[in-house]
Amino acid sequence: MTVGKLCELSEFEAVCLPEPEREINGVYIGDLLSWVMGRARQDNAWITIMSNINVAAVASLSDVSCVILAEGVTLDDDVASTAAQKGINVISTSFAAYETALLLGSIIQ
Amino acid sequence: MSEPLVFHFDIDGEDFISAGQASIQIKKNLRRIGLDPEIIRRVSIAMYEGEINMVIHAKGGEADVKLYEDRIEIILADKGPGIKNIDEAMQEGFSTASDTIRSLGFGAGMGLPNMKRYSDEMEINTEIGVGTTVRMVIKLA
Repeated sequence: MTVGKLCELSEFEAVCLPEPEREINGVYIGDLLSWVMGRARQDNAWITIMSNINVAAVASLSDVSCVILAEGVTLDDDVASTAAQKGINVISTSFAAYETALLLGSIIQ
Repeated sequence: MSEPLVFHFDIDGEDFISAGQASIQIKKNLRRIGLDPEIIRRVSIAMYEGEINMVIHAKGGEADVKLYEDRIEIILADKGPGIKNIDEAMQEGFSTASDTIRSLGFGAGMGLPNMKRYSDEMEINTEIGVGTTVRMVIKLA
C-alpha cells in the first residue's frame, strides 16, 4: 500500500505528503532515534510519538516511507516544513502505536 | 590507484537542532553519483551517529568522507574529552548523554554500536583531554 492510499483512511491525517507514491513494506515502532536508525528498515512506516526536528533527519537517513505520529501528536510548523523539504511523508493519527500497527498489519498484506 | 573523491564538513558543535546536515548532504551526493541505495543508507546512518556523538560530547569536529573505487572511508575527528573506556562505550545501552539529550530521543547508547553495525571496519583512536578520531570503512565490492 502507498502512503497516499493510507492517508485516504479516516484514521489517518496527512501532516505533509511530499512523496505519496512510496510503498509501505512493514512497520517499525520506536522513540529512541538511534535505536530506530539501527533497526527500522527501508520503506517501513515508522510509528513514534517523538516530534522534534531530529525525527526528520532520522526518517530521511533510514529511508522509511513515512513517519506516523501516534496518540494525536502533531508537528510544529517549522518541523513540518523541514520534513516536507527533505521529502519525508508525515501522518498523524489519534490511535496509540499498538492500535496503529495492528491496523497497518491488516491492510499492508 | 586513482585519488579518492573527498567531501569535507565542519560539524557545528553548538547546534544540536540542525545536527545531521553533513550526513544528509553526503546522502544526496552519493545518490547523485548513483551508488547502491543500501550502501548510501549505511554510510549516511554511520556518519549521522558520528555527527550526533560529536555534537553531544565534543562540541563539534570535522568529518571527511573519501570515495574510493572499492570503498568509502568516513573519518570523524574531534577535540572533545576522549572516550574513557571504549569497550564500555561499544556496549548497546551504555551512554553518558545528559537528560536533555535523552529527552530529544538520543542518548540510548546506540551510537557507536550502530556505527560498527553499519560499517565493515571501524577503528577508534582516543586520548583523554585531546580528542577522538573514528575511521569507518564501507566496502563497495
